[in-house]
Amino acid sequence: MRIDAKTGVRVGVLAVAVLALAAVYLFTNVPGSLAYALRIRGLALGAMAVVAVAVGASTVIFHTITGNRVLTPSIMGFDSFYMLVSTVVVFVSGGVAFLRADATVMWGIQVAVMVAFATLLFTWLFGGKRRSLHLMLLVGIVLGTFFRALTEWLQRMLDPLDFQILSDTAFASMTRPDPTLLALSAAVVVLACAATVALLRTLDVLALGRETAVGLGVNHRRVVLILFVLISVMVAASTALVGPILFFGLIVANLAYSLAGTFRHRWTVPTAALLGLGSLLAGQIILERVFGFGSSLSVIIEFAGGLFFLYLVLRKGAR
Amino acid sequence: MIALDHLTKRYGRFVALDDVSLELGDSGVTALLGPNGAGKSTLFGIVGRLLGPDAGTVTVDGLDVARAQSAELARTLAVLRQDAHVTARLTVMDLVEFGRFPHSRGRLTEEDRQHIERALGYLELGDLRDRFLDELSGGQRQRAFIAMVLAQDTKYVLLDEPLNNLDLRHMADMMKLIRRLADDLGKAVIVVLHDVNFAARYADRIVALRDGRVVADAGVAEFMTPHVLQSVYGAHVDVREVDGTPVALYYS
Ligand SMILES: Nc1ncnc2c1ncn2[C@@H]1O[C@H](COP(=O)(O)OP(=O)(O)OP(=O)(O)O)[C@@H](O)[C@H]1O
Ligand SMILES: [Mg+2]
Repeated sequence: MRIDAKTGVRVGVLAVAVLALAAVYLFTNVPGSLAYALRIRGLALGAMAVVAVAVGASTVIFHTITGNRVLTPSIMGFDSFYMLVSTVVVFVSGGVAFLRADATVMWGIQVAVMVAFATLLFTWLFGGKRRSLHLMLLVGIVLGTFFRALTEWLQRMLDPLDFQILSDTAFASMTRPDPTLLALSAAVVVLACAATVALLRTLDVLALGRETAVGLGVNHRRVVLILFVLISVMVAASTALVGPILFFGLIVANLAYSLAGTFRHRWTVPTAALLGLGSLLAGQIILERVFGFGSSLSVIIEFAGGLFFLYLVLRKGAR
Repeated sequence: MIALDHLTKRYGRFVALDDVSLELGDSGVTALLGPNGAGKSTLFGIVGRLLGPDAGTVTVDGLDVARAQSAELARTLAVLRQDAHVTARLTVMDLVEFGRFPHSRGRLTEEDRQHIERALGYLELGDLRDRFLDELSGGQRQRAFIAMVLAQDTKYVLLDEPLNNLDLRHMADMMKLIRRLADDLGKAVIVVLHDVNFAARYADRIVALRDGRVVADAGVAEFMTPHVLQSVYGAHVDVREVDGTPVALYYS
């Protein structure tokens, strides 16, 4: 109870801060027509929110079911897998005209394939007995390299037009999202979140470890499978919208654990999402308005996230 | 009734449980004894559906543990594992509250709170309730896990070496508590012990495993003979009677 009250205050303050940042982002420093600025910025805000929620929630859930706080779906090779799927889809669908004409069909196929394969991969890697963190890191690196090599090999054989389509998906940006894709991704992420909300208390039990969770009547195998599907859906939707993001989830989730000060997912999951949105907004405002280059946010975030990842791995290794 | 029917479990080639058929938990306190590696924890693992058997079935009150609803089983049967630990950082209170999860899915009712308070009381954890588990001594942590199992309030309570880490007084208190669970609350307690004298003093029935087989299944008087102890542990043990209870002298 006491902890919950303290956490509640902190998360409340965080939520207000994020709202304030959103207001600053939307309404200040408007160069021309406010309506125009709002439309552009609204889309960007939407994309940031989708990414923050998807990445924040999926990372926290991933940490809980895999029993570590260093790995993320992306670090396990998810992003390079995404590029591989995209490439394969473009490659295989080379002759099918409507696929190229309609970005949403392409998006749908990508997400569906991603979810299917990622669920298989995660269940295979993490479904059985718990393996060492370092082994998993190594597996992630090997998988990432493997998918990347395969992707490059396939891309060499693409014709230039196909390659152009592919490049567009690979370098999608957070500040200029495609409105249709944004709507689709948002819908998917909202659905996944709704499903997650129903499982928040079960997630708390999963955090106790498989044995205890089974003893308390959790159908471990099934719940973990469902959660892997949800994670895959969220990450796929986010990646299909703005491209791969590797380390962002790691910072956000670990900060959320410290800030929330509880293992309860009804606090850590929203805190991670809020922290994600807050840091994206703050980063974007500073970059765009102080330094004057708006499109490099993800680079900065990845840099900071990468450093943090190294810190975590080295610190764990030292113990 | 927990019925094990021709249960076999292998780890690779090694046979940990070899065609075990046994009925447990009809009433009272059953002590499960046997040397290290006899298969006691493996048996608990299968009953607690942490492990799948290679052959045979386990039913709890007619429910096949391999197929029944996990949540329903968790309201009927609770298991304290030998190496109980959790990965999350939580307090004693948090842990004991989780014992109510099978009943209330995480939304505690007034009844849940009573069970929690009672479990904390039984294990004398009242003063430690707000401590984090990693701030406790080994024996205190062991008691916290037992409190969680008790809060689960199941008809069958399986405790794998609950005396681990406990001091003299708490060992005796634990055995008295186990007795009370059976006598006052009508639970069937199956408890893995290594000290045959505790088993002789507090159990109604003693089942012994060795090399994955049941080698003895008897009442206390029948079990506590040099002959039976020899067949279970492969060592000669003298037995004397002290105040009406047989005592094994295994110190020599
Ligand atoms: N995961 C495993 N892989 C391989 N062998 C195992 C595994 N778990 C247990 N064993 C073996 O199975 C046998 C039975 O183990 P179990 O843990 O059931 O013994 P136990 O009777 O509980 O012993 P103890 O009194 O030491 O707790 C042992 O020989 C053990 O080495
Ligand atoms: Mg054991």
